[in-house]
Amino acid sequence: MSNNNTVEVKELTKKFGGFTAVDRVTFQVKKGEIFGFLGANGAGKTTTIRMLCGLLLPTAGWASVGGFDVFTQQEQIKQHIGYMSQRFSLYEDLTVRENIEFYGGIYGLSRKEIKQKSEELLDYLNLSDRSDTLTAELPLGLKQRMALSTALLHEPEIIFLDEPTSGVDPESRRQFWLLIYELAAQGKTVFVTTHFMDEAEYCQRISIMQNGRIIELDAPQKLKEKYQASSMQEVFLKSIGEKPK
Amino acid sequence: MNEKPLIVENIEKSFGSVQALRGVSLELERGQIYGLIGPDGAGKTTLMRIIVTLLNQDSGKILFQGKDAQKQTAFVRKNIGYMPQRFSLYPDLTVEENLHFFSDLFGVATQVQAQRIERLYQFSRLEPFKDRRAEALSGGMKQKLALSCMLMHEPSVMVMDEPTYGVDPVSRAELWDILKELAGQGKSILVSTAYMDEALLCDRIALIFKGQLLASGTPQELRRTITHALYLIKTQKAHYVFQELRRHFPETDCHLFGEGVHLLDRQNTGLSKIRQMLEQNKLPFESVQQIEPGIEDVFLDLIHRREVEP
Repeated sequence: MSNNNTVEVKELTKKFGGFTAVDRVTFQVKKGEIFGFLGANGAGKTTTIRMLCGLLLPTAGWASVGGFDVFTQQEQIKQHIGYMSQRFSLYEDLTVRENIEFYGGIYGLSRKEIKQKSEELLDYLNLSDRSDTLTAELPLGLKQRMALSTALLHEPEIIFLDEPTSGVDPESRRQFWLLIYELAAQGKTVFVTTHFMDEAEYCQRISIMQNGRIIELDAPQKLKEKYQASSMQEVFLKSIGEKPK
Repeated sequence: MNEKPLIVENIEKSFGSVQALRGVSLELERGQIYGLIGPDGAGKTTLMRIIVTLLNQDSGKILFQGKDAQKQTAFVRKNIGYMPQRFSLYPDLTVEENLHFFSDLFGVATQVQAQRIERLYQFSRLEPFKDRRAEALSGGMKQKLALSCMLMHEPSVMVMDEPTYGVDPVSRAELWDILKELAGQGKSILVSTAYMDEALLCDRIALIFKGQLLASGTPQELRRTITHALYLIKTQKAHYVFQELRRHFPETDCHLFGEGVHLLDRQNTGLSKIRQMLEQNKLPFESVQQIEPGIEDVFLDLIHRREVEP
């Protein structure tokens, strides 16, 4: 594996009985890259992500995530990745501090680390004086930054984001992407899955899956040129339409 | 029937100390797709629940086909189709069983059910899946089934709460085609979404934020509310250029987009000076061009103006 790639995937395949959900998928993601993963429902996106997160054993092929093998080192992979889904990852009826401590515990941090990390995080989020507030009462933009931060508690090298900014106002969405760009600049690799084509535009490279295969992989700008499309929505529909089953 | 399908007049609603709606007004015309565009928590769902008589407003009035909705709830419920965000399809009933179930619920005569189901299959393309249980459908198919269930009693007005949330782009395009077709048949549709790009598919939109309508009109009218020139600085390093630009222009005039930075030229700097500035500061960019504002630009501008003008 070359040093520059955090994620390397070669001919990765997953079959469920006679159904091939992911069909010989090959790609690499560089350290510090923001990589978008698109596809219609049932295209094989979620199955691929689950394999890369160490949650599902592939049928064939090979992949390494953060230097760990998806066949043999699933536990190590889990310790080196972060996962955030905008609408579901925080417990609304826990306080801000309780959520942070809960996730620290999940990620296996020591009591001491949790205490120290909680303070750092509360300070960073400007929430120190509201640490006993119920998470439900926070504005959405803040909740979302908090969700991202908790996914980073164990300092993962790779972060998986699932529709990270759906439903937030345009102002907060931009603040969030700035945060993502900063993380990428620090060398974190960011994996974004989304149905939200505006969101896809913010990624440096995009892959589009259909019927278990990657049918396109390039920078959004390049794809727009290729399909002579004005938006990623158009690229998506054209790419899916043009490739017969 | 000359009455407007729906008139919403100055609706206010609070939950405890939270003002969910602060005087919202809108009018829906026959055959119109009216989009309620705004982030989560803006008040979209609360407004819809009040319109369909599931919730009472604190003040203000809803006129449904000329009748006071609060007083004539039975009439409203019979003639309105409401598709909540989480539609309660019965997961262990098949597609067709769900359609029959909701028809019975709305008192649709058994004789006409088969015929309506036939027609709904034509546009939903769910017929090949009619014996599949609802729980085994994809997200897009579930939404189409929910929509079909709602249409079984042939409501003339439809209220749909984020029908495209979590739906993939292909199914989303399909759903919008269906809405267009229904509007073409004379149905009036109030639909909410958090996706700005869907705004352009509506005949008329209202941008809603923190319980207030920031503006309403046709998408074209709203785009024209931006009176200054808007430039797109295309760059691969959007976040870097954005952060540098904010040193030279007011923060509220620069906005990060995927393909670059949008600069609203409130100070009339002009294209050549902007380009000059970029070059002098050695900022990486591919091109600078004046562009038509999108709905997201409008939204950002209105949020900004709202903060400036109390």
